[in-house]
Amino acid sequence: MSLFINITLDGVSSGMIFAALALALVLIFRATKIINFAQGAMAMMTTFLASSLLAQGLGYWWAFVAALAIGFVLGALVERVLIRPLKGKSELNPVVVTIGLLVVLEGIAGVIYGNASRGFPAAYSQSGLTVGRSKIAFSHFDVFIVVAVLVLMIAILVLFRATTLGLRMRASAFAGEIARLLGVRVGMLLTLGWALAGVAGSLAGLLVAPTSSFSPYYMDLVLVYAFTAAVIGGLESPVGALIGGLITGLCISYVGGYLGSGLQPLGALVLLMVALMARPEGIFARHSVRRV
Amino acid sequence: MMLEIEELSVSYGAVNALSSVTFSAQPGAITAILGANGAGKTTLLRSISGLVKPRSGSVCFEGEELVGKTVENIARRGVAHVPEGRGIIEELTVEDNLRLATLWCIRRRERQGAIEATFELFPRLSGFRRRHASTLSGGERQMLVIGRALISRPKLLLLDEPSLGLAPLVTAQLMALLREHTDGTDVTVVLVEQNARSALSVSRNAVVLNLGEVVISDTAAAVAADSGLRHHYLGF
Repeated sequence: MSLFINITLDGVSSGMIFAALALALVLIFRATKIINFAQGAMAMMTTFLASSLLAQGLGYWWAFVAALAIGFVLGALVERVLIRPLKGKSELNPVVVTIGLLVVLEGIAGVIYGNASRGFPAAYSQSGLTVGRSKIAFSHFDVFIVVAVLVLMIAILVLFRATTLGLRMRASAFAGEIARLLGVRVGMLLTLGWALAGVAGSLAGLLVAPTSSFSPYYMDLVLVYAFTAAVIGGLESPVGALIGGLITGLCISYVGGYLGSGLQPLGALVLLMVALMARPEGIFARHSVRRV
Repeated sequence: MMLEIEELSVSYGAVNALSSVTFSAQPGAITAILGANGAGKTTLLRSISGLVKPRSGSVCFEGEELVGKTVENIARRGVAHVPEGRGIIEELTVEDNLRLATLWCIRRRERQGAIEATFELFPRLSGFRRRHASTLSGGERQMLVIGRALISRPKLLLLDEPSLGLAPLVTAQLMALLREHTDGTDVTVVLVEQNARSALSVSRNAVVLNLGEVVISDTAAAVAADSGLRHHYLGF
């Protein structure tokens, strides 16, 4: 029983991380109908920059905030410089460009930092909490992961639901042409969407790094899991990303715990196929037809 | 101030959608743009609001050239374009559709008042304010887009087939409302219609297009009186 509880807790914590990266994918997909395959690599880059800042003697939280800020700027830059010029061209172009960016960013990180894995500090202790007399597989850092991702989710939801900026962002995402006719500066808001996705991705990168082998490729598998989570959630819903993240995290954790960690990527693939067969439009999708 | 279109030409690839279109529309009156399918009516409105880049020519409103300006900057100069058919944002609530149009032109404190005033104009919409706009019927959708266009107090109102798919009675109410909001004001209205008869009945001036060229630009009464023109281009 305790094994089950521990595996479940581990699934919740990794599911929240997948949810953060899935949220980044969702923010971009719903605004521009593009899957950003470079989202994980962008998060890797900002986390490596944070590790450089830490090495320079900057405090953890300053480096943490700096990574989020760099993620914001990087997201905006990618949209402006690489994605916007592709508007109106073939739908395949952004796919090629984002995959290209993934390769380039991993290459640059490899040249600067080397391909060997290294350590990245956690904000809080990673040793399990004690409940009653037994130790559980849930640490202070796991609590921080859950809280940080929930805060991000709530902030994004409040932005979308309760502010006029969010109203303009939603209008730009749903009906760009009509929004422009109503005086909304759609281009700027799409850039902001990519920038916010950059922040969500960076957060995921910072949260994954301490628990994995931190190398230029450490986000690759996380991106696969986050993509699974985003598709389960319907690709357009932030709440869907959260639920999809948790489902994916739990499934991966059960597969790893009971069948062996080598089968985890296969588990994600099976989960993705089952989800697409059972409900092709995703759990939270509003539309029944979607082009991917 | 009036809207002046001069020698406006638009092409989609090798196809000329508009060829040297010239006419002007007066404030305080409705100018109807008439013609068969493919005459270039929608393209004309889309080039005024900036959605289509003309090949040559000029669109001058209040003495200012609009060609070359972005869609959102043209909107912010008081040009409200209600596109054909799908002008609402279905994923937003009725109230949010209206609020969106107030953001750049009405002060924060006065926005809710303007929204309530629109609901008074269209009481039927008031009951649906928190519903997604996708749940509205055709007539309600048209009320919403017209209300949303009026809420920003536009100086130039471009309407593309507002009567499309509406019952004749609803169309008549809509036209009457439009006239009420135009007569005696300084609002310029350009109305694109397939239904030439109802458009001519509310308009002061009319422009008839055929294959992208102006056939005639005259008073609505003169166009309506010309039976040959009516028969040949307007189908009644």
